[in-house]
Amino acid sequence: MNGEVNAIEAAGLTKRFGEKTVVDNVSLEVKQGEIVGFLGPNGSGKTTTIRMLTGLLTPDSGTGSCLGFDIVREADQIKRNIGYMTQRFSFYEDLSIRENLEFVARLYNLKPMKDYVDRTLERLGLLSRQKQLAGQLSGGWKQRLALAACIMHEPRLLMLDEPTAGVDPQARREFWDQIHQLADEGLTVLVSTHYMDEAERCHRIVYISYGKVVARGTVEEVIASSGLTTWVIRGVANGALADELRRQPGVEQVAQFGTTLHVVGSDAVALRAAVDRYASRPGLEIAPGETSLEDVFIRLMSQHGEARS
Amino acid sequence: MSKMSGGSRIKAILIKEFIQLRRDRLTFGMMVGIPIMQLILFGFAINTDPKQLPTAIIAPNPSAYTRDILAGMRNSDYFRFEKDTVSEAEAEEGLKRGELSFVVTFPADFGRDLVRGQRPQVLIEADATDPSAASNAVGAFNRIVDDALRDDLVGPMAQEKRGQPAVDVVVHRLYNPEGITRYNIVPGLLGVILTMTMTLMTAISLTREAERGTMENLLAMPVKPVEVMIGKIAPYIGIGFVQVTIILLAAHFVFGVPMMGSFAALFVGLAAFIATNLALGYTFSTIARSQMQAMQMTFFFFLPSILLSGFMFPFLGMPEWARWLGSVLPLTHFLRIVRGTLLKGSDMWDILPNLWPILLIFTIVSTIALLRYRKTLD
Repeated sequence: MNGEVNAIEAAGLTKRFGEKTVVDNVSLEVKQGEIVGFLGPNGSGKTTTIRMLTGLLTPDSGTGSCLGFDIVREADQIKRNIGYMTQRFSFYEDLSIRENLEFVARLYNLKPMKDYVDRTLERLGLLSRQKQLAGQLSGGWKQRLALAACIMHEPRLLMLDEPTAGVDPQARREFWDQIHQLADEGLTVLVSTHYMDEAERCHRIVYISYGKVVARGTVEEVIASSGLTTWVIRGVANGALADELRRQPGVEQVAQFGTTLHVVGSDAVALRAAVDRYASRPGLEIAPGETSLEDVFIRLMSQHGEARS
Repeated sequence: MSKMSGGSRIKAILIKEFIQLRRDRLTFGMMVGIPIMQLILFGFAINTDPKQLPTAIIAPNPSAYTRDILAGMRNSDYFRFEKDTVSEAEAEEGLKRGELSFVVTFPADFGRDLVRGQRPQVLIEADATDPSAASNAVGAFNRIVDDALRDDLVGPMAQEKRGQPAVDVVVHRLYNPEGITRYNIVPGLLGVILTMTMTLMTAISLTREAERGTMENLLAMPVKPVEVMIGKIAPYIGIGFVQVTIILLAAHFVFGVPMMGSFAALFVGLAAFIATNLALGYTFSTIARSQMQAMQMTFFFFLPSILLSGFMFPFLGMPEWARWLGSVLPLTHFLRIVRGTLLKGSDMWDILPNLWPILLIFTIVSTIALLRYRKTLD
């Protein structure tokens, strides 16, 4: 069976807080060795889903397993075998990097402790800072410490909850290099994020909105299945032009990037007609563009947001 | 900047404070409800002129005169007879354990000697560890005896009313014959200081994890609730004994408090008491949602501990319901252990009746803590 069994399997996970259904019938499958991006706007239920998968929250209904362990009945085994990086930095700020790792190593009963800690410090480039107090570290280094702490016990599955929030681009890139290296070694990773460039570094993505999965697949699949068309207008584009375009039939999104406008719509013919009206304007250059994941997500968000309200 | 805008800034902060206070129901309740509760509770419970103190009588051969004196004692309201007559050994043990405040001994030939005008002795032994608790009753005893016998001493015995009293009342103030208050207060302070510091130390232990966000991580790692509890309590047992050492050294060298009893018994009592207070604080921290709430809980536990335990006011002088409440507090039992071992020379056997309630409280409190400790974030 092993090798075949999915690292994460969940069906119909539902969690309510009072009246509010935060996670609504979410199903998820993550194959071993995969990096799956878990995307969605703030408050869409990403953290709650991950907490249910790690055994930190009990689902109101639905079933799931991580590495073959049931998320309700075998939460203890899950805790021992996965690495979980919380959204908020949750190590002791009044302990040094090394002391924090030693604490974790003792909790997981890793022996010899010193070897585990040294190896992990070296692997994540923390050796020179090991005596620094965690509270004095910048965001990027804190995140590195957190990653170190959750991979030290050599888990087979990593769950990272918005690991790169508030971290500079350089540190983010290094972080993702680490994640890919770990995946190459056979680790399965479920990572939640709302950075689009990070989504594109995942093998597959699952998009959740208001507690429901609304899109899943590879980035290309998600973009293709959205049915969106994009035109790019270059030149003297400005806010006034963007407002004007938004009022045109067939135009659903207009995003301004410097002097460039991205015009997006789901009805290709109507959109074409709309942008063609501006083709004759002097100084404007109109060309077909590529629909980005961000365009897709903004559309998904507005669709499902409207359905709610 | 004008004066007007200064006023508006004050108003801004004032309104914000009111909104926050209104949202924090527990704090608001504690600031309004608890003072009222405490006023009623302590107002009725505390009595600096304690009445109804438990008394045992040793009267091998009770006569009509004995009964008259006993009736007088009962009417005075100072004495409550636990048992009609007891053996000397039982009486001594009762005093030592703090179950009795007084033992009154009538000699076997009391009635006969009285009739013969031989001025028989009546011995009243008082537990004087708390000098203020005993003094009023002892002071009243002479007058009670005189009044009780006045009507009996008629006819040929009437002459005895003149001159010297018919009965020679002998008072023994046990354990603290000079009535030195600090002999009572300093050992009590040991318990009070431990109650405050130990409870507070652990009360913030889990709420601090929750407030700093480290709780989620702790829950996500393979550690059992009981392991967290023991790990968090154990270091403070050591700190508690450092405090104990300092206080006992000061008690001996600065305050001259006698140390009569078994140190082993005191050590066992201390270990149980410290662990119980730590477990109690830990339980507070499983209930409170913030460090602030945990500290408020500690404070509202501390107040009855001082007032109802017998530290400030005589325990046996309180009404029965208040003594029941006091018996729930570990300090009440510990005070008897520490006063017993230091002042009364108690040994391991003597402290048992006060040790088991502490251990019982420890068990109950720890169970609550482990049940309250949530393994999930639900």
